[in-house]
Amino acid sequence: MRPPDDGDARAGAAALAGGGKKAGEMVIRIHMEDQYRLSDAAAAELDKLDDALVAAIDASDTAAFSAELNMLLTYVRQNGEKVPIDEIIPSDVILPSEDMTLEDARAIMEKPVAAPTSADSTQVPD
Amino acid sequence: MGVLSRFTTYVKSVFSSMLDRAEDPGQTLDYSYQKQLEQLQNLRRSIADVVTSEKRLELQKAQLTADINKYDDQARRALSLNQEDLARQALERKQGIQAQLSGFDTQIDQLKAQQQKFLDMQERLQARVEQFRNQKEMVKATYGAAKAQVQIQEQVSGISEEMSDVNLAVQRAQDKVLQMQARANALDELTASGALPEIGSPGGDSIDRQLAALSSKSEVDNELAAMKAQMALPAATTEEAPQAQLPPASAEQPQQQ
Repeated sequence: MRPPDDGDARAGAAALAGGGKKAGEMVIRIHMEDQYRLSDAAAAELDKLDDALVAAIDASDTAAFSAELNMLLTYVRQNGEKVPIDEIIPSDVILPSEDMTLEDARAIMEKPVAAPTSADSTQVPD
Repeated sequence: MGVLSRFTTYVKSVFSSMLDRAEDPGQTLDYSYQKQLEQLQNLRRSIADVVTSEKRLELQKAQLTADINKYDDQARRALSLNQEDLARQALERKQGIQAQLSGFDTQIDQLKAQQQKFLDMQERLQARVEQFRNQKEMVKATYGAAKAQVQIQEQVSGISEEMSDVNLAVQRAQDKVLQMQARANALDELTASGALPEIGSPGGDSIDRQLAALSSKSEVDNELAAMKAQMALPAATTEEAPQAQLPPASAEQPQQQ
């Protein structure tokens, strides 16, 4: 996140993006779609919807899973403000696309979280 | 966040190693730009693959449609010669092919949707890459200011995330395209060997198969009756139908009714 006193930095950021992340908001990306800004308050709703997704996975309930996922994506699209295409900004949360299946989700849940490796650093151009 | 945090980590991990080795932000920006161009290339290749698969399915579909017309025509000719068994055989083959054909339309629609998704993605990615290229040099000129580094880091992680996102999408798309190509290959072999009508019967357990066979049989019966009515032939079946083979495919095209 940005330090509060960023006189010089703001010029650089403005040159590249013109925006940036503001306090009290979250940036959400939908996989293969757009990014959205959501207020922290609105983003809290995501937690509930996420819990419902986890419950659907635990219950192996395919219908509930896609219904919950759709609700989640619809919520973000309706309540979020789309990040303009010329603004380059990292997301706080990335949501799967609507065609993700319960099996895909389970595979990702069970996948060990990959620690960033430097194994392929040989590709860095000198 | 359960699923969401896992998915976020998963997507971000794809390109995260790039950020770790960034000692010089300017170098990272250049490297990132180079990666973006590669992704665009990948995406273009995937789009071409999808278009090729779609064309191929259209061709196979046209071939199957021609076969249906051929068997329909054979059934009519068999009936007019009072060879009901022969007509029945032809209609059974026609049914088998028709079952295949409905699956084709679904697949072609899926490919069209996939293609549209990719084209949208390409447009979006291209706009971003363009934007990045335009501003990269300007940012490099200002990164000397220590405070600007935070912003640069943010830009770089933003664009890396974008690349991860596209990278995953392209991978998934390529997997899908491969599956479709494998199916298309299998179908090519089947159509060539003439085994298609048999293979056309649905999978599932033996009850499923029997039910499918029954419903296919009743469809054949119905069609046979309709054809007879249309051709004004007597509805009574001949007692001793000859066990002749179907005549070889004639060059004659089916007449428009």
